[in-house]
Amino acid sequence: MSTTPADSAIRAVGLRKSYDAKVVLDGVDLDVPAGTVFALLGPNGSGKTTMIRILTTLIAADGGDVQVGGHDVSRAPAAVRQAIGVTGQFAAIDNLLTGEENLRLMADLHHLDRAAGRRRVAEFLTQFDLDAADQTPATYSGGMRRRLDLAMTLMGDPRIIFLDEPTTGLDPRSRHTMWQIIRGLVDDGVTIFLTTQYLEEADQLADRIAVLDGGLIVAEGTSAELKRLVPGGHILLTFAGSADLRAAARVLPDASADDTSLTLRVPGEGGIRSVRSLLHSLDESIDVTDLTIHTPDLDDVFFALTTRKAG
Amino acid sequence: MTTLTLAARDSRTMLRRNLRHLQRYPSLTLMIIGIPVVFLLMFVYVFGGTMGESLGVAGEGREAYVEYLVPGILMIAIAGVVQGTAISAAMDMTEGIIDRFRTMSISRAAVLSGHVLGSMIQTMLTLAVVLAVAVLIGFRPSAGPLEWAAAIGVLAMITVAMTWLAVALGLAADSVETASNTPMPLLLLPFFGSGFVPTDTMPAGLRWFAEHQPFTPFIETVRGLLTGTDIGNSAVLAVGWAVVITVLGYTWAMRSYDRGVRSR
Repeated sequence: MSTTPADSAIRAVGLRKSYDAKVVLDGVDLDVPAGTVFALLGPNGSGKTTMIRILTTLIAADGGDVQVGGHDVSRAPAAVRQAIGVTGQFAAIDNLLTGEENLRLMADLHHLDRAAGRRRVAEFLTQFDLDAADQTPATYSGGMRRRLDLAMTLMGDPRIIFLDEPTTGLDPRSRHTMWQIIRGLVDDGVTIFLTTQYLEEADQLADRIAVLDGGLIVAEGTSAELKRLVPGGHILLTFAGSADLRAAARVLPDASADDTSLTLRVPGEGGIRSVRSLLHSLDESIDVTDLTIHTPDLDDVFFALTTRKAG
Repeated sequence: MTTLTLAARDSRTMLRRNLRHLQRYPSLTLMIIGIPVVFLLMFVYVFGGTMGESLGVAGEGREAYVEYLVPGILMIAIAGVVQGTAISAAMDMTEGIIDRFRTMSISRAAVLSGHVLGSMIQTMLTLAVVLAVAVLIGFRPSAGPLEWAAAIGVLAMITVAMTWLAVALGLAADSVETASNTPMPLLLLPFFGSGFVPTDTMPAGLRWFAEHQPFTPFIETVRGLLTGTDIGNSAVLAVGWAVVITVLGYTWAMRSYDRGVRSR
């Protein structure tokens, strides 16, 4: 870790948590520098939510040292709560209050004075596109519920924001809107800790990504660093018949052939030059019906890192 | 601002929230007020004639029974309100907003006292309506100003106890449905006490239970203060029970709040 503790917004060392006999977090180390976006990536049940619940003072860890905003979560939870804002996996809004009343409730609980509270509520209604603010959330779409939820979280101007699967269950358009909002927050210099099971989301938003599996961080780095960890780049050729496939396989000894799908998988990073030379090496008579270029993405990383234990 | 004034401000905010909930569902408030009124009318006009005769006190049957019945109906009214309290506490828990509050720097007592203060107001309103209807149909309390003040104090104490218990039941329930069922015994206990008939007409085992459960001293104390019957040691027992139930409910509610929303 290159950063000093003073620059850390979130720091965990040897974090452990078990429920009865089931170990959920088995010694997790994390360091999130202030002003960065950190994504915790993991399959369902990998302990992401438990992690967030510990970092946000909702539950106590069994062991390890956890600091958020420079304060120890177990010894100074009140100071931690001053610094953070949390948006959980399920929208935590008051369904009997209108959108506007929900925001006003947050303004009051953050002790904004009347005028300031009113101003900020109005500002958020526009900024988060909450046009049905005079209705109760029962009538809201999933995306609008999430936006209200996030707006409520931001009412107190938190310096560190936790987002637990912020776009799970949203349609693509709502997801992109959420991403835009989150990017806007980053520009304001806050620290964001998000969990997600969508690799694209981590890729789009995060400065650094950690992959959590089986209670441990199995990999950590930038999106580019993680992609380098797994060799997944290849060119996939599809042939008209098995004779074509066999002929091509003879010319390309590195490639692996699949007889049922009539495809040949040629390792390589898939640049224009390598595609051209690949096609040149094949005889005119070989009937190639399709060519796809597959560059390694976080999916490859995810599967390579998290499926090892399964099976 | 000091911690205390901040906590007071948060409690006011939470109370406002709970009152707005009531405002949003006026039908619920109407039902909560309506049920004890219907019970009152039903017991007076359907059973009242017969019941009053057998009470063996002076006066005509129905009038005598109104005098006897009102304290029990007041308990039913309190139990009805706190059933709603348990449901709204359970909704906070299941909808996850309790977890939002727990990650904010607000005192936990403030969150829960919003519920308690809200249902206090609701209960006092309900009790006033029930008493007004009772007076309309012939209830003539003998209480002077001092007795009235004491009766209101005792009713408030009982309400605080029942409300904290209901908040605890609501927070501990694993669903809103459960929370609507668990306070049901509170609605039945006045029947298994001196609320509707004197306990000495009951068979031995039931009578023992009736004489030793909290609602009997609650009812006897209120009855004594309003209509001048003998209170005896009921007042002491009533205060004792109220304190015990309040402490139990408060502690249990705080523990449930700290444990938070169970992971789904």
